[in-house]
Amino acid sequence: MNEKVIVSDPPSAGPLMHEDLELLHEVALLTPGDSHLEMCIQCGTCGGSCPSGSAMDHTPRAIFAMLRAGMREEVMKSNTPWMCVSCYYCTVRCPQDIHITDVMYTLKNMALKSKMFQDTTASDFSKTFISYVENYGRSFEIGLAGIHNVTHLRLAVRLPNMVPMALGMLTKKGMSPLPPKRIKGMNDLKKILKRAKELEAS
Amino acid sequence: MSDYLFYPGCSMESSAKAYYHSVMSVCKTLDVKLNEIEDWNCCGATEYLSLDVTPAYALIARNLALAEQQANGSKTVVAPCSACYLNLSKADHYMHENKAFGEKINTALAAGGLHYDPGELIVRHLLDVIINEVGMDKVKEKVIKPLTGLRVAPYIGCMLPRPDYNDRYSDSEHPFELDDLLKALGAEVIDFPLKTACCGGHMTQIGPDTAFELIRRLISSADDYKADVMVALCPMCQMNLDAFQGQMNGYFHTNYKMPILFFTQLMGLAFGEKPENLGFGSEFVSAHEAMKRIGVQTPLPQDAKPAPKKPAGLPMPALRERVGQKSTTGNEEASE
Repeated sequence: MNEKVIVSDPPSAGPLMHEDLELLHEVALLTPGDSHLEMCIQCGTCGGSCPSGSAMDHTPRAIFAMLRAGMREEVMKSNTPWMCVSCYYCTVRCPQDIHITDVMYTLKNMALKSKMFQDTTASDFSKTFISYVENYGRSFEIGLAGIHNVTHLRLAVRLPNMVPMALGMLTKKGMSPLPPKRIKGMNDLKKILKRAKELEAS
Repeated sequence: MSDYLFYPGCSMESSAKAYYHSVMSVCKTLDVKLNEIEDWNCCGATEYLSLDVTPAYALIARNLALAEQQANGSKTVVAPCSACYLNLSKADHYMHENKAFGEKINTALAAGGLHYDPGELIVRHLLDVIINEVGMDKVKEKVIKPLTGLRVAPYIGCMLPRPDYNDRYSDSEHPFELDDLLKALGAEVIDFPLKTACCGGHMTQIGPDTAFELIRRLISSADDYKADVMVALCPMCQMNLDAFQGQMNGYFHTNYKMPILFFTQLMGLAFGEKPENLGFGSEFVSAHEAMKRIGVQTPLPQDAKPAPKKPAGLPMPALRERVGQKSTTGNEEASE
């Protein structure tokens, strides 16, 4: 029988009879370059190498097994990609040459679009960072840390640490509390990013 | 004199000015001419890639397109920041490897009148340029004040030796390039086991507990090996290990005081440049004592301006003053 097997519902819809490779292929397709994602042999080197693995609800190895099993919702809700620190230990140690760090970026993209992931601490940090880049063409560390801490890190708890830190940034490091100077080609950059977002959606 | 296209990155203009000044000084001594890419933009660090892959690569590729336009003979883009280096290198690599992806990014660039031919430029980190292009012989030749007696922990971090698309480094976990360079400066280099371990990256902002543990590992290891200072070659690594060292100490009830410098600051010293011109004194954990041990007088960190009159913290009513004020304005009756 050569019928195409379609298992698009989450596994809770019924017993999982076939591997739902659709999800695995979707992730692989969205990752630039050849991710070799389908080559995973479940050895666990990635999780064992991960410096922030202890903060993850599933190790990368488990995530790859879940992708293969078509467990879309569980993967989208997992904090694993958000805890990734982009150190590339797993990527260089993987015996199958899977581009694990890049796959983690793809999973973050997908989780945001699926709106299934609830804890927005990490994604809001990324969004605030990028809001400066999209408006000035440059990042703005002081503004970013300020806004992020006010919205996400229980300011009252962190304040005793933040005051000397902020003062040090301004005095010792001589950082400016003002936003960066806007790049000259800001209009063109906006057009480029707009076009890129359209391409991403298509 | 060799010419290079220079991509400084945002940190060099804000939190890592010490790096910027020392890079400029060292490159002048080594006859490396850095032509800053006109109107470059932020590389997006690890944040844009987390949100939207296509715009993230388009943002990076705009820099490559501008660099290609302004190349004027030189083909090498130099980035002093590991994250910038990796992003530029990654965009070039994937646009080259996957033609369809390259075309997609170029379609986006075309909206801003730009185009990049993947593979046209060579992206390198400053350390790589100094070691492999300038050469160790030239570095040794320029050393006039060897850093004899200074024990240094060479910290490379993640994004330089990994994933290393072009096989430029001796090893992805224990590369010896930075060790060699520091030895050439006359420093005593410890065999630092965690030289490419993670500094915590953006976790200081989104998961401080994780970040503090990663910072502690690095600092305590360097301390165990009795390093006087640790050197970094990425503004993010330097910031995490230096500016967050105090918070890490508070979190673990430790009292580490490991100065974190940029490798170019030590190079500058060895080349005879004055510490004031190399950004010394801008670090949170002062390198003053460590440098004094080898007879180098570096500026003390400019401490925070005199403490504000009111203690910084949550606003609390200043009772005594108010009572005093009231008594002088003759409002005792009202207050009683």
